[in-house]
Amino acid sequence: MKKIYSVLVENRSGVLCKVSGLFSRRSFNIDSLAVGETDDPTTSCMTIVSSGDERTLEQIEKQLNKKLDVFKVKTFDETASISRELMLMKVKYNKGNRRDIMETCEIMKAQIVDMSKKTMIIQICDVPERIRLFIGMMQSISIVEVARTGTLALQKCLETD
Amino acid sequence: MLGADAIVKCLEEEGVKYVFGYPGVAICPFYNSILSSPVETILIRTEQNAAHAASGFARVTGEVGVCAVTSGPGATNVITGIATAFADSIPLVCITGQVDSELIGSDVFQEADITGAVESFVKYSYLVKDAAEIPRIFKEAFYIANSGRKGPVLIDVPIDIQNAVVGKFKYPEGVSLRTYKPTIKGHTVQIQKVVKELSKAKRPIICVGGGVLLSEAVEEFRSFVEKHRVPVVSTMMGISAMPTRHPLYYGMVGNNGHPYANRAMNESDLLIMVGARVADRAISQPDLITENKVLVHIDVDPAEIGKNVGPTIPLVGDARHIFEDFNKEEFTCEHEEWIGTLDEYRDSMARVRRPNPAYVDPAEFIRMLSEAMEEDAVYVADVGQNQIWSCNYHVVKNGRFLTTGGMGTMGYSIPAAMGAKLAAPDRQVVAVCGDGSFQMSMMELATMRQFHVPVKIIVLKNNFLGMVREFQHYTYKDNYSVVDLSGSPDLEKLSSAYDMKFMRLHTMEHAQETIEAFLSHDEAVLLECIIDPMDLVK
Repeated sequence: MKKIYSVLVENRSGVLCKVSGLFSRRSFNIDSLAVGETDDPTTSCMTIVSSGDERTLEQIEKQLNKKLDVFKVKTFDETASISRELMLMKVKYNKGNRRDIMETCEIMKAQIVDMSKKTMIIQICDVPERIRLFIGMMQSISIVEVARTGTLALQKCLETD
Repeated sequence: MLGADAIVKCLEEEGVKYVFGYPGVAICPFYNSILSSPVETILIRTEQNAAHAASGFARVTGEVGVCAVTSGPGATNVITGIATAFADSIPLVCITGQVDSELIGSDVFQEADITGAVESFVKYSYLVKDAAEIPRIFKEAFYIANSGRKGPVLIDVPIDIQNAVVGKFKYPEGVSLRTYKPTIKGHTVQIQKVVKELSKAKRPIICVGGGVLLSEAVEEFRSFVEKHRVPVVSTMMGISAMPTRHPLYYGMVGNNGHPYANRAMNESDLLIMVGARVADRAISQPDLITENKVLVHIDVDPAEIGKNVGPTIPLVGDARHIFEDFNKEEFTCEHEEWIGTLDEYRDSMARVRRPNPAYVDPAEFIRMLSEAMEEDAVYVADVGQNQIWSCNYHVVKNGRFLTTGGMGTMGYSIPAAMGAKLAAPDRQVVAVCGDGSFQMSMMELATMRQFHVPVKIIVLKNNFLGMVREFQHYTYKDNYSVVDLSGSPDLEKLSSAYDMKFMRLHTMEHAQETIEAFLSHDEAVLLECIIDPMDLVK
C-alpha cells in the first residue's frame, strides 16, 4: 500500500535530518521525499511518499506526529490527491532520432528547455506514473542524466473546504 | 552575566539540587559558574553513570535529573545512559559542552556531533547558537523532559556561548511550543467505553507498566483496583505499582515472569494495559492478548498504541488523569469467581526451585532481604540473572523497585542507587547486582566515598556472566563462550581500599542475621553472596 504524507515542520536546520532519521531508524520506506518552504517562512512542508502494510503506515503517521519539530501531518492516498513531479532529463541525440524525440515530447507534454549540438535537456511535469512512462519511452535513446524533484502533493479540493 | 551563569541560574529556577557530571575544557565555564551556586555537583567516575545517577534521582523524586559533561568523549560516553533513560521514559536534562561555535564541523580536539549522534535516543535536543536563547531553551527542555511521555533532552552548549556576555536574565514563566501539546486527559467517550466493558467483563485484568509510576498515579490506581476488585499483573517496569503481597496482585508477566501471571493475562476476557509498551519481553506473543478478549490500551504516547498490537479500545492520556476520571465513575462489576481461579493459579503454579544448599539461594535471599527492608525502601536491581531473581522474589511493601527494563544496561544499579539515595537520604537504598554488572560500575565506589552516599550494595557472585551462561546452557548445550569471570577482584580487599564495610555470606545458614546486620549499618556496606555458578532463573 502507498500513502502520501504532507508534513508541516519547523523551518530549522537539522529538521530534515530528524525526519529522515526517523524513517531509517524504524525501517520505514521512503519512496520519495520533497521539501520546501511554505507561504510562511518559519514553516517547511515535506511531502513524503511511503509504502508498507497498514500498521506501518499508521505508525509512520504517529511517529511523525511525535517528533517535536513536526506540527501537522496530513495523510492521504494517491487517488485523493493532486500529485506532480518535475523531471529534467539530459539526452544525447542525433539527426536520426531528433524528430522522434520531439514527437514524443509533444505527445507527453514535455518541453525541450536547453540544447547543444549533441545533447538536449527535456523538462516534464506530470503525475509520477507518467514520469515513469516517459523515462521508459526515452530508454532507447541515450539518457545522460536525470534529476527529479520527488512527488509533491496536495489533498484534492473538497466541497467542505 | 555570562552564558554559563545564565545556565546555572536556569537550574536554580528549576529547583535543581544536584548536577551529576564530569568536567572537561568545553564545559569548564559552566563548572566555574556553578561554584557560587547552591546547586551541588557530584563528580561521577565515568560519564555514562552521570545519566544513570540522574535517572535514579529522577525516579525517586519525580523531578528532572540533570547531568553535565564535556564535549567529544564526555558526550559520547553519556549516550548509553541517555539511551537507557529514553527506553524507560525517564526525564533527564543532559548538558554537554561543545567546541567553539566557529570551529564546529572542523574536527578539532574533542569535537563530536552529539546532537546528531544522540538523535534516536532523545525526546529532543538543542544546539545553543545564541546565549540570549539560554533561558527559553532550558525552560522548554525541563518542560519537554517531564511532560507527556517523559524522556531525556540534550542541550549542547558551545564554549563561546557559555563565555558570551548576556544581558538581563529573565526566566520565562511558561513555554509556547506550537509543535508539542501532549494529550493528558483521556477522552470521555473512550473512558465510558472502558467502564462499560469493565462492568460486563467476567474475567478482567489490568497489566500495569512503568507509566503508572512515571505519572505518579499509584494512589489513584490502587484505589481504583481496590474499589472494583480488579486483579493486576505488571510488566518489569510496573513493579512497585502494587505491593507484592496485595491480594489482587498476581506478579510480573513475560518470558521471565511468573507462569500464573501470564496465564491470568491470557485467560482474561478484558485486558487493560496501562502505561506499558507491549514490548517483546513482557508480551512475547501479541496474538494471545488479542484473542477472545477486549484489549484496552492506555498510554500517554499515541504512537505506543497499536505499535505492537491493535487494541479494541485505545485511550490516550496520562495515567493519573485517567484513573482520577475512572474513580469518578459509578459502576459495579462482579468477578469474584475469577479472583478465586487466579488465587488457585497463584498457589499451584509457583515456580519450584531446587537450590543447592552449599551456596546462598539468591531467590530466598532476595525474599528475606526485601522482607527485612524498611517499608519505603528503594531496591535497585541491575541486569542479568540478578534482575530476574529480583523481579520475581523481591517483596515490595510501599517502597520503590528500580531497574532498567527497556535497554537492560549492565552497571545501572550502583549509580542509580546513588542518585536515589541523594534524592531520599532518609530512605534505605539497596543496589543488587551480579559480579559482572558490579564490575561495570565499581569505579563509583569512589564517588560514594567522596560524597558520603551510603548506598548498600549486594553482589551475587558466581564468577560468571550468569544470564549469558544460562542462555548458552540452553541454546548452545553448555558450550560456554566468553562468560568466565575469573580474574575478578577480591571484593573484601576492594571494599577496604574504598573504606567500605564488607560482609560475605556463603550459605543460607546465617542469612537472617547477616541481612539484619547489613541493613543496620548507617554507612555504605558491600555484602557478597556466593551463589551456585550453575543456578538458573528458569
